Amino acid sequence: MTPRLTMTVNGKAREIALDDPRVTLLDLLRDRLGLTGAKKGCDRGQCGACTVLVDGRRVNACLTLAVGLDGADVLTVEGLAQGGALHPVQEAFIAHDGFQCGFCTPGQIMSAVALIAEGEAGDDPERIREGMSGNLCRCGAHRGIVDAVLDAQRRMAGDAQGRMGKDGERAA
Amino acid sequence: MYAFDYVKPASVADAVKALSAEDAQPISGGQTLIPTLKQRLGQPSALVDLTKIADLVGIEAGSDSVLVKGATTHAAVAAHEGVMQAIPGLAKLAAHIGDPQVRNRGTIGGSVANNDPAACYPAAVLGLGATVLTDRREIAADDYFQGMFTTALEEGEIVTGVRFPIPEKSAYAKFVQPASRFALTGVYAAKLKGGVRVAVTGASESGVFRWAEAEAALASNWSPEAVETLAAPAADGMIGDIHGAPDYRAHLVKVMTKRAVAAA
Repeated sequence: MTPRLTMTVNGKAREIALDDPRVTLLDLLRDRLGLTGAKKGCDRGQCGACTVLVDGRRVNACLTLAVGLDGADVLTVEGLAQGGALHPVQEAFIAHDGFQCGFCTPGQIMSAVALIAEGEAGDDPERIREGMSGNLCRCGAHRGIVDAVLDAQRRMAGDAQGRMGKDGERAA
Repeated sequence: MYAFDYVKPASVADAVKALSAEDAQPISGGQTLIPTLKQRLGQPSALVDLTKIADLVGIEAGSDSVLVKGATTHAAVAAHEGVMQAIPGLAKLAAHIGDPQVRNRGTIGGSVANNDPAACYPAAVLGLGATVLTDRREIAADDYFQGMFTTALEEGEIVTGVRFPIPEKSAYAKFVQPASRFALTGVYAAKLKGGVRVAVTGASESGVFRWAEAEAALASNWSPEAVETLAAPAADGMIGDIHGAPDYRAHLVKVMTKRAVAAA
């Protein structure tokens, strides 16, 4: 039996015929839909490089069976930019050097987008670190990542004029 | 992963029926099960998905108890107003299981059914003297946990929910394994109408357990100082691994108990 799934991926309706229930969301995105933004790091839910949003909530795509996602709305890093304009979180990661090699970055960015949407972290770097704890950066760019999340949060809250700096500004 | 069939029942009765097939296994959030299958440590003939059953998702906060249905995610428990008001210690525990991605998928039923010796939920279930509800019966926490990865559940029995009595006060204190956020040692301390309960996870080779000496001391004097006068539990039978030796974990039991009481 070949289950047929209907999914929205980055705003676009997709009909997917799944020949094997073992396919994870990550393998579906990367190998079958050509969306290679989400990365396969550990493939066991430890690194967060595969983080995408399912119905607005961040999940490890490697620990999610695609077959269980009939009707789901999936957002990956490829779906963030609008036309030529980067998402504020993407801009903030660039402005604050929130990466080095870049492998974990799509997962970091999707996680940050969800964290800001959850609205729980406030302006507290420690709570942002906790809120980003599911995403590891082996290059050690965490300081820039926290700065980027803080900055993106302020920009998205609309009070960010001129507050982007390269020197890792923190909430007072 | 070895090949398996995927079954998506719409009711608990259909799920129980599907689970009667040989080697069929339930899947809820899958945050432990999927990595296990990827390592080929299991070979179920079918995975029966419990997360699409409407009766298994949700939280009901009553006047003297809170019911968390089996396929409710940790994130949902952590963010639930009723839980935060009635049993803030439980909401905080749920808010610090694993990481945000795991909390958005992992469920209380899965955690309690798996009974990992370092999982957080078993400490709350035993510490609050909760009742585990299944498709066929109700099991008191004291009868439910039977050693690491071992429970009173029968083959094919589904955890449909956990009913927590609302305590006078309670809190969970966890010393985290910093990479996994599992409990290196975690203690749930609760002052209930029926008395004091102290449950310890992450420490013992026998899984979650109650620390009777601390319960007795706290029953007459609910304060961190009452715990201070106690000797730490025996290191014999505590877990020893690269993260901590048995005597270190025994010491942590006492420290985390004091912190839990102070936080309650």
